[in-house]
Amino acid sequence: MTARVGVVLFPGSNCEHDVVEALDSLGADASLVWHGDPSLDSLDAVVLPGGFAHGDYLRPGAIARFSPVMAAVEEFAAAGGPVVGICNGFQVLTEAHLLPGALQKNRGLTFLCQTVEVAVTSDRSVLTRGLTIGRRLRIPINHFEGNYICDERTVAELRAEGRIVLRYLDNPNGSIDDIAGICNEAGNVVGLMPHPERATEPLLGSTDGRALLGALIAAAGGAGVAGGAGTAVTGAPETATARP
Amino acid sequence: MTRYAVLVEVSLRPGIADPQGATIERALPALGFNQVSGVRTGKAFRFVVDATDEETARVEVDDLCRRLLTNPVIEDSAVTLEPAP
Repeated sequence: MTARVGVVLFPGSNCEHDVVEALDSLGADASLVWHGDPSLDSLDAVVLPGGFAHGDYLRPGAIARFSPVMAAVEEFAAAGGPVVGICNGFQVLTEAHLLPGALQKNRGLTFLCQTVEVAVTSDRSVLTRGLTIGRRLRIPINHFEGNYICDERTVAELRAEGRIVLRYLDNPNGSIDDIAGICNEAGNVVGLMPHPERATEPLLGSTDGRALLGALIAAAGGAGVAGGAGTAVTGAPETATARP
Repeated sequence: MTRYAVLVEVSLRPGIADPQGATIERALPALGFNQVSGVRTGKAFRFVVDATDEETARVEVDDLCRRLLTNPVIEDSAVTLEPAP
């Protein structure tokens, strides 16, 4: 079955076509979903792409959270549907309380646009399922507010439950515990600052993003909400794994 | 109904790093401001609210702060409210 993936277009999104292109190149059937649509029409997965939804006014994601489509995204996520927020999409997911914590201005107060190395630190998310723990990926980042923060109790929970899915090898932005990406309890909602869609062709300098998007497509193929398969996750908690 | 003028000041919670504030503070000595420290940045919002009484207006504004104007994970808000002139 071809996974149908919706990529939400907010006013101010700017990575939506890259994500559609990358997913299509990996065999998915990706299409844009307008942020004003109040429903998600028989999709197997949803991606909130990067950019500056609603101009990032107030705070990144603060207004996008109230876009009509977000109620449908919340419902889809609650039913176990795979939802991935990339960069600005990660910020939207934290503002929508689908993921804990918040993303602050980078520690060095500079906009970062560079390829970084991250390590897969959990395989219990729809974006990393099937990937080897410790695998290193070279993926571009492109953000001003990617400095992940949450309280000590939350970060302890994330660690204990294997919900830190990607960590920077050389922390570029000050994120607590080198966090580059996290997932929710069920593993079906994932947020990450790096842009896997920008690492999907040799011409782009890296193809490491294909492993992540491929895992998402696999999760979508077998776990569409319409199919009712759910996305129960398995995998050892992260305490069993080494830090990169 | 009474109209209330509202000032909401949003600031980063204590302990949350404020790289903008720190950068501003580092720039001050170059201008001769050697006695200034503890710079923290934030945002301010002004608006008016119509409500039957001050308590009702305050409850409304507190709700608005919690749901939109602040991200409670990293920000606090202080509300000043008085009858609009």
